[in-house]
Amino acid sequence: MFCVRKEPIPPKAEMDRALELRHTKEVQEKLFHARVAVCGLGGLGSHIAVSLARCGVGGLHLIDFDCVDLTNLNRQQYFIHQVGMPKTEALKEILLSVNPYLSIRTDMVRITEENLAELLSEETCICEAFDVPEAKAMLTNYVLEHFPEKYLVGASGMAGYGDSNRIRTRRILPHFYLCGDGDSDAELCGGLMAPRVMLCAAHQANQILEIIIKEGREDM
Amino acid sequence: MVRINGETRAVQGILLEQYLADEGYQRERIAVECNGEIVPKAEYGTRVLQDGDVLEIVSFVGGG
Repeated sequence: MFCVRKEPIPPKAEMDRALELRHTKEVQEKLFHARVAVCGLGGLGSHIAVSLARCGVGGLHLIDFDCVDLTNLNRQQYFIHQVGMPKTEALKEILLSVNPYLSIRTDMVRITEENLAELLSEETCICEAFDVPEAKAMLTNYVLEHFPEKYLVGASGMAGYGDSNRIRTRRILPHFYLCGDGDSDAELCGGLMAPRVMLCAAHQANQILEIIIKEGREDM
Repeated sequence: MVRINGETRAVQGILLEQYLADEGYQRERIAVECNGEIVPKAEYGTRVLQDGDVLEIVSFVGGG
């Protein structure tokens, strides 16, 4: 069997068809029209965004104030040639190399209570992927208080290695899901390593898919 | 009785803020849900825990 590469970038219709073949047309339409904000583009956010981009989630809003650092490469999606780049730009580059037809909005900014409402006004699904606990709590409280109609998928506890099965997804409120083991702090549990961070990110991305595909259904 | 994070506690009549302080919660690292709704931070100092309340206190730890 020969794999023949026809063109460097396939036309949109061909990419859509490939996704529909994998996911069905009905699911793919929902994914394509979904809008997801990823708040924080570190170990969690970069993997969440790549997962969602591979699934063909049509609208991704990437938000982070930071640049790629060499110490990020142990667990984040970035590459050596991207060290020093804003994470928003580096991740956008990666996502578009997976699917060039995604609509990707970037904001290189620190999310605060002052700019949150405006930043997250367009998305129905919000992913909390920060690393600092105070920032996680701020975003969670703000979104649940001010945007009860939106869905929030957050994370707490994914440090260290082993204990894969302690990483789980809990539904705390009808529109609020929390992933992670709940207690492994990065400073107390030997730092963050790729597999466990990716496990947690996969839980978050998987939950977002379920929300997008099942929203409004009774088995949600 | 009040059910908090799955455990039954005899803390009815106590201010939420007091309960959180007694239990050592760091106010800036948590979100509190009571009977299916988020409790705004501004209400921690006035919300009195009621008999039959079901609370979930979410603590965030570092890492992401």
